[in-house]
Amino acid sequence: MAWDRNQMAERAGHELRDGMYVNLGIGIPTLVSNYIPEGVDVTLQSENGMLGMGPFPTEDEIDADLINAGKQTITELHRTSYFSSADSFGMIRGGKIAMAILGAMEVAENGDLANWMIPGKLVKGMGGAMDLVAGVGRVIVIMDHTNKKGERKLLKACTLPLTGAGVVDEIITNFGVFKVVTGGLKVIEIAEGVTMDEIRQLTEATLVD
Amino acid sequence: MRKTFDSASDALEGVLFDGMMIAAGGFGLCGIPENLIEGIRDAGTQNLTVASNNAGVDDFGLGILLQTKQVKKMISSYVGENDEFMRQYLSGELELEFNPQGTLAERMRAGGAGIPGFYTKTGVGTVIAEGKEHKDFNGETYILEEGIVADLAIVKAWKGDHAGNLIYRKTARNFNPNVATCGKICIAEVEELVPTGALDPDLIHTPGIFVHRIFEGGHEKRIEQRTVREG
Repeated sequence: MAWDRNQMAERAGHELRDGMYVNLGIGIPTLVSNYIPEGVDVTLQSENGMLGMGPFPTEDEIDADLINAGKQTITELHRTSYFSSADSFGMIRGGKIAMAILGAMEVAENGDLANWMIPGKLVKGMGGAMDLVAGVGRVIVIMDHTNKKGERKLLKACTLPLTGAGVVDEIITNFGVFKVVTGGLKVIEIAEGVTMDEIRQLTEATLVD
Repeated sequence: MRKTFDSASDALEGVLFDGMMIAAGGFGLCGIPENLIEGIRDAGTQNLTVASNNAGVDDFGLGILLQTKQVKKMISSYVGENDEFMRQYLSGELELEFNPQGTLAERMRAGGAGIPGFYTKTGVGTVIAEGKEHKDFNGETYILEEGIVADLAIVKAWKGDHAGNLIYRKTARNFNPNVATCGKICIAEVEELVPTGALDPDLIHTPGIFVHRIFEGGHEKRIEQRTVREG
């Protein structure tokens, strides 16, 4: 049995360190906020202009002026601060945000990331993803090991237009944890019930010891 | 000189012209200048280039200027949730220039601060970098991006005074302070217009020098993704 969405998010939670400022992408990465380890104090950044993102509001707390970068209603915390988009990306580009956790369509063995467009299909835009991967301290990708058609997503080279070149540090899939190192990807951890043979079969990227 | 006006149409009088470039504040539908967008629709100005992070939804925000086909080109980072936008874009009626979100914000900040260009590592090695000057600093590669100076900036704030000083509220601030600076003319719509002196000078987000016209308007403040937890 490979990991499910929540187990992948929980595993990503292990990467968080006390005092970090972190940006979580939409989808599975958002679930990571449910798995911040005990005793680890993390401040979540929302790139539309907020540090210290709180949980979703109750019906009574909904405020149209308070949304996250996924346009969802959220709440503030005692530590919260608000700022402009230019300041927000100043802290992203300026390397003040320790880590970004985001989804991907493809990751290459050299750390190239593709997650914003499929040529010929509907293009919605890159939003803040290109700035995040270029600017933050560490980039962690959470994604299924293969796509819906069962095709491999950890590749020797990305086939889709890039979001960033050589930007990914680590990939957490339903099969395990992979670190981008010189020469390819290093298997750091294997999900319970998954074999190395399965990983080899469903990974195009070079796996190094 | 009087900066206060009675309504969006009043404040827009004499500043609109076909083919102009407008920078608009807001993120999604949060903190968008609802009244000014409607005012521009009513004025019928054509062939607009609009720099805004998003393009609204079909029937609200900048989406209503797409319905009337007043927009020739959008400069945005994300344009999902808008069927009419996609239809016009795919049929070639609408030009689209994607900018990474932080690059778009910085282009506005730079344009407003008299900086015609800046180097950023955002987008290096991607299609965004194609055709742009590359330069290395301390062993890292950066690309040149240009500042944006718009003919008109339209912003929405929470409170403003007669001198044009603005205060935004929570994440409705977003692009608004940067947009306000990058317009040759800036018009602000506020939820509450207060007498000059009523705002704490230490808490002003946008100083009045950037704001040429200001008016109070009602705001629907539509929510795009209503997400709640159990109470």
